[in-house]
Amino acid sequence: MNRPTTLYDKIWESHLVDERDDGTCLLYIDRHLVHEVTSPQAFEGLRNTKRSVRRPDLTLAVADHNVPTSDRSIGIEDEESRIQIEALDQNCADFGVELYDMNDIRQGICHVIGPEQGFTLPGTTMVCGDSHTATHGAFGCLAFGIGTSEVEHVLATQTMIQTKAKNMRVTVDGELPIGVTAKDMILAIIGEIGTAGGTGCVVEFAGEAVRALSVEGRMTMCNMTIEAGARAGLIAPDEKTFEYLKGRPKSPKGSTWEASVECWKTLKTDNDASFDIEITLQGGDIIPQVTWGTSPEDVLPITERVPHPTDETDPNRRKKMERSLEYMGLEPGLPLKEIKIDRMFIGSCTNSRIEDLRAAAQVADGRKVADHVSAMVVPGSGLVKEQAEQEGLDKVFIEAGFDWREPGCSMCLGMNPDKLAPGERSASTSNRNFEGRQGPGGRTHLLSPAMAAAAAIKGYLTDVRDLGVD
Amino acid sequence: MQKFDKLTAVAAPLPTINVDTDMIIPARFLKTIKRTGLGKSLFYTLRFDEKGNEREDFVLNKTAYKNAEILVAGDNFGCGSSREHAPWALEDFGIRCIISSSFADIFYNNSFKNGILLIKLPQEDVDKLMEGAERGSNSTITVDLDAQKITGPDDGVFEFDIDPYKKNCLLNGLDDIGLTMQKEGKIHAFEERLKATQPWA
Ligand code: SF4
Repeated sequence: MNRPTTLYDKIWESHLVDERDDGTCLLYIDRHLVHEVTSPQAFEGLRNTKRSVRRPDLTLAVADHNVPTSDRSIGIEDEESRIQIEALDQNCADFGVELYDMNDIRQGICHVIGPEQGFTLPGTTMVCGDSHTATHGAFGCLAFGIGTSEVEHVLATQTMIQTKAKNMRVTVDGELPIGVTAKDMILAIIGEIGTAGGTGCVVEFAGEAVRALSVEGRMTMCNMTIEAGARAGLIAPDEKTFEYLKGRPKSPKGSTWEASVECWKTLKTDNDASFDIEITLQGGDIIPQVTWGTSPEDVLPITERVPHPTDETDPNRRKKMERSLEYMGLEPGLPLKEIKIDRMFIGSCTNSRIEDLRAAAQVADGRKVADHVSAMVVPGSGLVKEQAEQEGLDKVFIEAGFDWREPGCSMCLGMNPDKLAPGERSASTSNRNFEGRQGPGGRTHLLSPAMAAAAAIKGYLTDVRDLGVD
Repeated sequence: MQKFDKLTAVAAPLPTINVDTDMIIPARFLKTIKRTGLGKSLFYTLRFDEKGNEREDFVLNKTAYKNAEILVAGDNFGCGSSREHAPWALEDFGIRCIISSSFADIFYNNSFKNGILLIKLPQEDVDKLMEGAERGSNSTITVDLDAQKITGPDDGVFEFDIDPYKKNCLLNGLDDIGLTMQKEGKIHAFEERLKATQPWA
């Protein structure tokens, strides 16, 4: 009998092109997403070596990191950003790669548009020159973030060189309480295992609370697997996954659709497969989360207080904590709910899809953004924006005093004009609270879309459950 | 790619844990279409104050460490984004080797593609080398990739493990795209098989 295997083992084994004696493997890559920041040097490398893109038909490009989220008819003012986006246009034209440019309704954050177009499929391998490629794991797609040299390698050969990662499983049993979301669940997991907790591993998420999530919630979870240091996150596909993908522009059609679903149904970890690391959490124990420091692992339930460095026994960790608190301008012992914010950002590949916007709009509906807060909502793609406008969410936001913008990465990393000023404090639905991530000197608190909207309205970090919405 | 075989150089101590790629090179310096010239932005916020003057207290600004080619770093170095601008900036600045108890996976791969050797050692060995590095410019470390050995300032020797494929590429400065392209037959056969069994992929 065959040895029981994990979902990761199965996808890995079905993509092996070659394996060397020392364990180095050549893995076939089914899908490649390309964006403007990490690709120019890869295309330049191809040009210098007179190589071509091996499978342009498996490659999809989009401009997302640098694009302005204000009026696009005036073009891009920042010269360097413009050059980078023009380089992507030129490279895609020269190498025959399909591109959604800034004015295409399908344009958006690469990790939002991949699933939206049905480019992301279960059982496939995907790469992108971006660490949050892990997002696509929500479909049972083995997806890796890679660097530019690897982007060039995949463009030229449609393969990547890798050694096999360890298997890790994080199970969340039970039901999430009302007001607790996928974002809270993944933040709680990172708080538990740390930012290096998944290093060298592919993490499969399982358990009742994960299965109960919508496909979009699963994307939020897998998206932040990289924040736990893992190479990729995975969730076994199920009926919800198939339902989500059915009829998408790039999804299989007709009899191929039926055949693919039959095949995808087999994509799951065998009952008695073993994992190198197993972690279990109780969904019912999770409380809405918010970060207080400068690493996603610096996270606590909103009901807690800013921690005391003196309680930390490890000297390196204590030092890091002191530095974080100084950077964040926070005193130990302050209740998290008393942290006053200046800005609010709903967006990023973690939380900019339609369900995220609905959750935030539900909180915003009939309320007003606090006078001292400037709040912006940046949909993940042109199609998300269109859908939200059809549902009237834009009006809810605008009436409540939120700024409603064009799609892109925006203030998640502050490469375009959307950034925090030094010392400004933001409640953000993005994925990184590193020093300077949202602008030099900016201070970021990560939380869910509903929690972000609640913070914008109260002007302070707030427990969304206190506003009486689910 | 630059070869790496043996290096004797000053090592700079950077004990901060979780040094992320935004610290190594902030996003605003990623708006380039070149790989070169990023050394001036390395550790920008740590190295320079708001006015662009060097911060005296940052290790690489101290006279003793100006010529450092090795970093002894805190745990989980290079976490965060996949930006290869991080190793490009390190390499351009002159850093050829980093020693730590752990590295983030993507950063680890990216560094090797740019001729930078990353060495994982047990925390206690890193602590000893950190102590040695803290002594400044007179204390050099020798890294011998072929022998997989580090000799510390007090002649203490530390052995390290490394993936044989990465070692070979680094020792010989090999371009792995060229190596993979030699497997064209296998890649093609794989694609044919996939077309027959999973036409949607
Ligand atoms: S939204 Fe943020 S994390 Fe996501 S791809 Fe864009 S910059 Fe990266």
